[in-house]
Amino acid sequence: MLLQGAKKGTSGRLRQKTNNEQRITETVLFYLFAILAILSAAYMVLTRNLLYAGFSLLITLLSVAGIYVLLFADFIAVTQLMVYVGGVLVLILFGIMLSSRVHDKSVLSESVNKVWGTLVAGLILVGLSYTILKANISALPWLQTTQLDVLGNQKSTVQSIGIKLMTDVVVPFELASLLLLVALMGAAYIATDKQKV
Amino acid sequence: MLAFLLTLGALLGVVIVLAYAERKVAAFMQDRMGPTEAGPQGSLQAVADVLKLLQKEDIVPAAADKKLFKLAPILIFAAVFAGFAVIPFTPALVPAGIGIGVFYLLAIVSLDVVGLLMAGWGSNNKYAMLGAMRSVAQIVSYEIPAGLAILSAVMVCQSLDFQEISYQQGALMNQFPGLEYEMNWLFGIEALGINTTTIGGITTWNIFRAPILLVAFVIYFIASLAESNRAPFDIPEAESELVAGFHVEYSGFRFAVLFLAEYSMMVLVCLVAVVLFLGSWNTPLPNIGPVALAYWTSGTAGEVSSIGWGIFWLLSKTFVLLFLQLQLRWTYPRLRVDQLMHLCWKVLTPIALAVVLIAGIWRLLMI
Repeated sequence: MLLQGAKKGTSGRLRQKTNNEQRITETVLFYLFAILAILSAAYMVLTRNLLYAGFSLLITLLSVAGIYVLLFADFIAVTQLMVYVGGVLVLILFGIMLSSRVHDKSVLSESVNKVWGTLVAGLILVGLSYTILKANISALPWLQTTQLDVLGNQKSTVQSIGIKLMTDVVVPFELASLLLLVALMGAAYIATDKQKV
Repeated sequence: MLAFLLTLGALLGVVIVLAYAERKVAAFMQDRMGPTEAGPQGSLQAVADVLKLLQKEDIVPAAADKKLFKLAPILIFAAVFAGFAVIPFTPALVPAGIGIGVFYLLAIVSLDVVGLLMAGWGSNNKYAMLGAMRSVAQIVSYEIPAGLAILSAVMVCQSLDFQEISYQQGALMNQFPGLEYEMNWLFGIEALGINTTTIGGITTWNIFRAPILLVAFVIYFIASLAESNRAPFDIPEAESELVAGFHVEYSGFRFAVLFLAEYSMMVLVCLVAVVLFLGSWNTPLPNIGPVALAYWTSGTAGEVSSIGWGIFWLLSKTFVLLFLQLQLRWTYPRLRVDQLMHLCWKVLTPIALAVVLIAGIWRLLMI
């Protein structure tokens, strides 16, 4: 009995230790991704070379996907890669490459509306900081009661997302698909070779 | 970390074998000898080629965008190599067994496209630029039929986990946690009443479990040829039009990395085809009454025997598909751009959509 108890004690302590180590790794990874995301986003805004901006957007999207993974949202992370990196970003890069280099020079963006831009951005920053500082996030009731073991026995969040999509939020889901279908048909119509009647 | 190094080492080995095989298969099909001097039957030719490439001068064109030019090969190879993380090699060995492996693979391979654009732009060469544009247009288009074909396999298997899909296609199915009480029926139709759960072998491969997946497999294979820029879809690298496509300005080590990435992509798409449709690491031999061929040729899960058999079957099936890719390259002429797009959007995509529908109905018969 005693031996068993001692064994349980050590295994418990061991688990706690690995938990602590895991938490430290997670924190380090979070800050790494967060810093990467902020730096690359800042570079994207500040650089005047549109193509570099596109490529630094890639780093931003990848870092945000990493943060999603740390938040147990694996499906969202991969969807982010699929939609934004595989679709939107490629489209942006394609657009820049096809429209630029007219006179063998990369397309440069110009700075306009410097005063108004700074003012609006500064106001948004002040507003957001004020709200975040006021919010006292750690005292929110749902955060107090929520469980750390988000996944439970499931291997990923796909199943619960699928069930939600087909039950609770089926109308928005179908509306979004209808919107996408309309956009697709519109694009096909614009792109068709119009023959003169 | 160990899995990383093992996979990298194995990949380098497979790619060297593949490069040699390509030359020998090409030579055989054109009725000539191929490499004969380096080593017995010229078998060290690919190694010699790699050594030569490593010693070459590293040339960065003066007018190139140097940062992008240098970064692109790394990004391309990293994207392809990241795809190997979710491929199960044996019943007990998978580098990263995440629950949404299939979806992750589809997403991470699209990073490759960004790398290609970077290489094409960074080279500051019109051939490279055109090659990259063609390549990206082709890969983005062919992702759709490939994705739909994969989707139909996922619908039949009800899982996005490569390892779970692998277990479903063999006699070891009930050993996977969560599948203890699942049954396999001949052709997936329970009404036929022939239980193949313990028979295993080829009868439980996905193309047999739901024969409609045979069509999906063919669609996926054609689309995967286009995704890895192989002939007859090699217009991005068409020698006679574009010199060499997006890697025309690369030399030495950087070219070696691009070459490695391209061949790794071939290996990756073949591995995915094998895992999703051709029974993964499972043996093709079924149990026939007391002659338990399937158990004899799969080993016990978690032991050395299963690692050996698993890798053996997985690699043999992959090499059969790779051989098919090499053979096709020397059989079919290159498609024109409009033919390429016609095949993708007007032939493969509608068929793939129909296959998805039928696969859904088939799944209903399997319950």
